[in-house]
Amino acid sequence: MATTGDPADAPERGAGAAGAAATGGSGRLGPPSWLAAVFLLPALVFLGAYMVYPIVFSVYRSLWDADGLVFVGLGNYAAMFASESTFIALRNNVVWLVVAPTLVTVVGLLFAVLTERIRWSTAFKIVVFMPMAISFLASGVIFRLVYEQDPDRGMANAVITSVRDTVAPAASYPDARPRPESPLAEADGGGLALGEPASAGDTVLLPLVGVPNDTLPDGTEKAAEPEAKDGAVTGTVWLDFTRGGGGTEGDLDGAETGLPAMEVQAVRDGEVAATTTTRADGTFTLDGVGGGAYEIRLSARNFTEPYNGVTWLGPALITPSIIGAYLWVWAGFAMVLIAAGLAAIPREALEAARVDGGTEWQVFRRVTVPLLSPVLLVVFVTLMIYVLKIFDLVFIIAPGSVQSDANVLALEMWRVSFGGANDQGLGSALAVFLLLLVIPAMIFQIRRFRQENS
Amino acid sequence: MRRQWRSVRGVIAVAAAGALAASGCAPGGGSGGNGGGGALDGVELQVAAKWTGVEQENFEKVLDAFEKDTGAKVSYESTGEDTGAYLGPKIEAGEAPDVAILPQPGLLAEYAGKDALVPLEGDAAKALDDNYSDYWKELGSVEGEPYGILIKAAHKSIVWYRPDAFDEAGVEAPATWKDLTGEVSGTLSDAGITPFAMCGASGWTLTDWFENVYLSQAGPEKYDQLVAHEIKWTDPSVVKALETLADVWGEKTMMAGGAKGAVQTDFPTCVTQVYGQQKAAMVMEADFVAASVAEAGSTVGEDALTFPFPAVGDDAPVVVGGDIAAGMSEKKGTQELLAYLASPEAGTTWAGLGGYLSANSEVEAGAYADKTTKDLAQTILDAGDNVRYDLSDQVPSAFGGTEGKGMWAALQDYLRDPGDAKGTAEALEKSAAAADS
Repeated sequence: MATTGDPADAPERGAGAAGAAATGGSGRLGPPSWLAAVFLLPALVFLGAYMVYPIVFSVYRSLWDADGLVFVGLGNYAAMFASESTFIALRNNVVWLVVAPTLVTVVGLLFAVLTERIRWSTAFKIVVFMPMAISFLASGVIFRLVYEQDPDRGMANAVITSVRDTVAPAASYPDARPRPESPLAEADGGGLALGEPASAGDTVLLPLVGVPNDTLPDGTEKAAEPEAKDGAVTGTVWLDFTRGGGGTEGDLDGAETGLPAMEVQAVRDGEVAATTTTRADGTFTLDGVGGGAYEIRLSARNFTEPYNGVTWLGPALITPSIIGAYLWVWAGFAMVLIAAGLAAIPREALEAARVDGGTEWQVFRRVTVPLLSPVLLVVFVTLMIYVLKIFDLVFIIAPGSVQSDANVLALEMWRVSFGGANDQGLGSALAVFLLLLVIPAMIFQIRRFRQENS
Repeated sequence: MRRQWRSVRGVIAVAAAGALAASGCAPGGGSGGNGGGGALDGVELQVAAKWTGVEQENFEKVLDAFEKDTGAKVSYESTGEDTGAYLGPKIEAGEAPDVAILPQPGLLAEYAGKDALVPLEGDAAKALDDNYSDYWKELGSVEGEPYGILIKAAHKSIVWYRPDAFDEAGVEAPATWKDLTGEVSGTLSDAGITPFAMCGASGWTLTDWFENVYLSQAGPEKYDQLVAHEIKWTDPSVVKALETLADVWGEKTMMAGGAKGAVQTDFPTCVTQVYGQQKAAMVMEADFVAASVAEAGSTVGEDALTFPFPAVGDDAPVVVGGDIAAGMSEKKGTQELLAYLASPEAGTTWAGLGGYLSANSEVEAGAYADKTTKDLAQTILDAGDNVRYDLSDQVPSAFGGTEGKGMWAALQDYLRDPGDAKGTAEALEKSAAAADS
């Protein structure tokens, strides 16, 4: 507390004239109050013009209709709470508010604690902090690309699919399918089966379409006629499509290519009696079949769809995806603040805990975190305020078709005011609502500041 | 260090000389203009439109001819993408440009309602009468009073395709919807080529699909009634058009990435899928796709060709979007400029510069620089009174032009799951009714 008569306080009083005027009722040692007002004037004018007036005008505007001509009272607020999109936005805001600050604070804490122990900690911190130097818009553009569905374009899916493909490689012919009138049909256990059973000595034709030419394996040859062989079923699997059109459906027309490395099976009563793969010209020989009829089947393995990655930007995952991008941007901020707090923790406390036999986890849980809690709280509340007004990342990352699923209040406010409907009355109502939501966090923050300064 | 300074000084000297030369030239240029004996000497006019880059340069060249003829000085200002957001505050401040070029008829009605527009008079009104068909006259009118002239059209009934994909499958450009969705698409997919790339994330492209199918299937009268909301969106004709769309939208194998991928792909990306990544054979969008085609590394007219949107009903549809010029001040010269913009001369000059399509019936197909545009212009002229303006640009923008709402959202949901045409029609009707109130 400032005690009157302490000479060290005098300069501070001159600067913070407002505090002096308010608390200095007892003695009039400071400058006259009109002078205080003069000094305050620029700040007041600035605050008035850029803070107070817009807020007051927003409240006023929210009571008028879209054109600003008809007074509607609280009509806009009624419309706001009657609209479904407000609730989706509100729901997403709650998800954001619960998940994002917690996640960012936890990750920031981890980074801060861990970087204390590594040698190149400054370099590491700079790298983690770097996204803060990029504008939100640019970060949004980056993550829009990262989350792209197509693994050729989106990095997230490129990583996931390449890992997945090494574990379980995709089949060679995911798109191959029979023509509707072809003798092949879906088999019970997956894959395709020939309608007519075949027995040893028979030849069969298995025509498929829908295979892009550029995906055929190297060394593929023109499809050849199968040759009958005693004691075996022979046949050809081929791409029944003549480049440039023409050709007869279901016939080997000479110019058509075989489908090599296709797995063919002879099945009887659900038991696989023989298995083989096709040669470069698409022909195959199923040896070792006994007498009687077999079902000829192209096994499901040939047609496994390639794994397409995660639909990051779909309606279900869009909000978590954007929170991921948010984490990337803000983790550095949290880390730097927490690291500063960490540096201020008395070493003795930590060492005493270690000497007393605490494990590293216990030291972290029982000593570091409690001592850090004021800093953690500041980071958390600051993030909450930022999260409530989140707009740019959602606006840029969410494609138009899922924007209503990813909607948040600030975005809804923009969409209503400027995104086509141009209803700035309703938009102002949303702005006022958003302001009311932010106020508790602000009051909390200001209180803390006061306590700290006292 | 020294050398650097010298070179900087050199630059300054050159710049100064240039400035001198420019200022020296100016009076001479002015007197040259006077030589033309213009009726509007000394009049300064302002035109605002959303065009930038090459589009702006071409438009300025068109304006040059007007300046030369009349002696007036016309300055151009770009409004940026959102013309409404640019003009709104200008109108309120009383600083509106003399002529504004509006991207939607909705804005025309809005500004006319605010008394911010000046109706066409004299030569301008006559030019509109002489050169434009009744439909365009009506489109530019608000409550019977003519305000606007459609000076630049965008053709929205085009399917872009990759000829090498068509050659490989051995198919030709189809003339009917049945051929398009049946034989052409079927053969393409037999050949292992995905027929369509969709731009579902950009809702307006889906409205264009719907408009083309609806205009061709239900006819221009119904189309106009739907625009005016005189028939409901639950009308059987709407349901039928939606069901027809499912011929493409309902088939997973028809669209690159399936339905999921189709809804997520936004506008220029779908063009890249066809011309850059070669993942599909066709993409349905307007003539302005040409710019994205060039970006994807293909050449219009060579490896990027178009065919008209095929006939779903009796006639092939011709849906047109475009920019409407309207006068915003009583200043002398405004009406003259509008009359000039409505004249076949302006249209012909513009057509020769490229990147332009006219709705003016007096601008001949021969005036266009390249064959593709010539063919497009011909379809507009041929369709005559059956040409229609983009529906989604005519309905209230809360319904037809808002991201994630109204028509865009309903059609995106339908693309995701085209099972329930009736339900989609109801959703459309609900948001159309909400936007009317």
